[in-house]
Amino acid sequence: MRRTRAAAAVTVTASLLAAATACGGGSADSGGGSNTAPKELTYWASNQGPDIAADQATLGPELKKFEQQTGIKVKLEVVPWSDLLNRILAATASGQGPDVLNIGNTWSSSLQATGALLPWDAKNFDAIGGKDRFVASAIGSAGATGKDPAAVPLYSMSYALYYNKKMFQDAGVEKPPATWDEMVTIGRKLSKDGKWALGAEGSNLSNNIHQAFVFSKQHGAEFFDGAGKPTFDSPGNVDAVKQYVDLMAKDKIVAPGNAEYDKNQSLQDFANGKTAMVLWQSAATSFKANGMKEGDWGVAPVPVPAGGAPGAGKNTNSMVAGINMAVFKNTDNIDGALKFVKFMTGDEEQKILNKTYGSIPPVKAAQTDGAFATDDLTVLRNTLGTSAAPLPQVPEESQFETAVGTAVKELFAEAAAGNPVTTESVKAKLTKAQQQMSK
Amino acid sequence: MTSVTTEGAGRLRRTATRVRGTGRVRRGALPYLLLLPALLLELLIHLVPMVMGILMSFRELTQFFIRDWSRAPWTGFDNYDLAVDVNRPVGEALLGSFLTTCLFTLLSVALCWFLGTAAAVFMQENFRGRGVLRALFLVPYALPVYAAVITWAFMFQRDNGLVNHVIHDQLGLGGAEHTFWLLGDNSFWALLIVSVWKGWPFAFLIVMAALQNIPKELYEAAALDGAGIWQQIRRITLPSVGAVNQVLILVLFLWTFNDFNTPFVLFGKSAPEAADLISIHIYQSSFVTWNFGTGSAMSVLLLLFLLLVTAVYLFLTSRGRRDADA
Repeated sequence: MRRTRAAAAVTVTASLLAAATACGGGSADSGGGSNTAPKELTYWASNQGPDIAADQATLGPELKKFEQQTGIKVKLEVVPWSDLLNRILAATASGQGPDVLNIGNTWSSSLQATGALLPWDAKNFDAIGGKDRFVASAIGSAGATGKDPAAVPLYSMSYALYYNKKMFQDAGVEKPPATWDEMVTIGRKLSKDGKWALGAEGSNLSNNIHQAFVFSKQHGAEFFDGAGKPTFDSPGNVDAVKQYVDLMAKDKIVAPGNAEYDKNQSLQDFANGKTAMVLWQSAATSFKANGMKEGDWGVAPVPVPAGGAPGAGKNTNSMVAGINMAVFKNTDNIDGALKFVKFMTGDEEQKILNKTYGSIPPVKAAQTDGAFATDDLTVLRNTLGTSAAPLPQVPEESQFETAVGTAVKELFAEAAAGNPVTTESVKAKLTKAQQQMSK
Repeated sequence: MTSVTTEGAGRLRRTATRVRGTGRVRRGALPYLLLLPALLLELLIHLVPMVMGILMSFRELTQFFIRDWSRAPWTGFDNYDLAVDVNRPVGEALLGSFLTTCLFTLLSVALCWFLGTAAAVFMQENFRGRGVLRALFLVPYALPVYAAVITWAFMFQRDNGLVNHVIHDQLGLGGAEHTFWLLGDNSFWALLIVSVWKGWPFAFLIVMAALQNIPKELYEAAALDGAGIWQQIRRITLPSVGAVNQVLILVLFLWTFNDFNTPFVLFGKSAPEAADLISIHIYQSSFVTWNFGTGSAMSVLLLLFLLLVTAVYLFLTSRGRRDADA
């Protein structure tokens, strides 16, 4: 009797353990999903609108449309930015993820390295109408060079300089700065009486990285060398990061309080007339949500070094920002997933969705729509087409974002506290960041 | 006759003993059987991940292998070497974080215990509004941690936060220039304030419960003997809650040392150096930089440290109790 019980206990334990390890272990590589559940898809959408409810309201009718066309029901979950990467990692480790998901395009290579995402080879691209439908720079931010992309571009964005027309007028400034020297000169005119020229988000690691990356390009430097080794503390990068932090530390055109901003507070300051300029991607919707009216603000390309117009190389003035769409390799509805990606990247849906989110369609045919010819979007589109570069497409991109982003955050904290920010102190922080990268 | 009877009775007694004996074995198994489900779940929820964590700590587990970590290359003690080598940046940062955490825990536990005990003693007196005050004291304990800490994060904001508004604008202290609380060295104090605010009501609750058990007569007798309030606290109150305090301090220590929620909500995924508690540090080493092997090694080291401290503490306190009993 007792022996039976003990045996039963052992069996239960063993099967539970087996179940647990099966969950944890993940599955071996299979060709690319199956079609065992053809009537259903799970979709993790990143939070694009003002809040999650807004995204559900935007995407809901579109998903219904897809269901009517194909008979496939899409279960939607909108995931906040702060959780998205962790959720994707957990899903990757457990193998229990959604079928289709959104990823920040800068994570493409990092996530590609896990091997959990469906590679977009010629055959898969054919299923959604071909690779040529997409803008080249957007495809460039969908995975490591020389490999099949790990995702497909969905929404594109780029940085622009937004400025408050009235504040410019009051200070007697006629046009927005086109170079960094002009930025500092104009900035000094605007920074007085409790108002400041430029907004920053010193504690927002991603934003720090975007700015550091662009400044680094302008100094002719790279954060990773050709072999994919980090070169964070190269002289060019040190100068680049110092120049960015100096906007607060030395030039005094960024408010010290911005050092602790990381939740888009700089956009609120801009909308409230506390700061005259911000460098941001597709900010129009946020300004309106904060009470500004169309026409209150102007849009110009992000400044470049003296003596040149925005372009490639040293005149790069934005990273290629955006959202990509990926398929988990172990999906049990591979055909449905491809159909869904085809639907979301179709010309019509691209127009509808990008219009709502104030982004640029990475699909060429959809860009020609009149809705994307406003002043704001023209600047963003030109930037994306001619002077934006994708962040380093290396597997360590995600670590880079944290390590260097934190270094810049700490330097801003020093600047805000009134401590000197020197070439040596910048170099020390960047060296420390580089040493944190895995071997 | 008599002897037969005695013998018979003896046999009877022996049989009875044997019968009772088997009964006891059966009944003895029942509790274990009832414990079995809990034991299995304990195994699943705690032991299995722990073993997995230990296995991971011997592997080079990066993004390339998280899909199937059993394929990650075996690296022996490399991760541990990396974590404890204080001459290299990873080990140096871990040591810094460890020392910060020790200081932080020491201060936080001491303050929580002191405030909790003081409030509990004070609340022993019967006075008007005691119930309201008692409920009020427990508010921090009852609030969801996230909501409470987010509120603190808002209050500590430099430009729009309540803390600076009160200190600089209303009290006129510290000059016109507002202080940064969530950046730089002050972040340590900000974190300590939130931690104590969150932790002391628990100490209060426990000490208050312990105080209820002290017979009133002791105090009455002491008062008759001419003992003042201070003497009563020192000679009656504190010794009477000694056993409870031992557990209380251990629990507060473990909670504070391991606290993840407070620093994470206050500072996000990269805390300022001055407030880089070890839980956040390990989180960043594994989940943010995707170096799960090193993160696991650090976790194992932390676990060993906590086990050691707990064991030493329990040994010392139980010896104290044994001495007292003898």
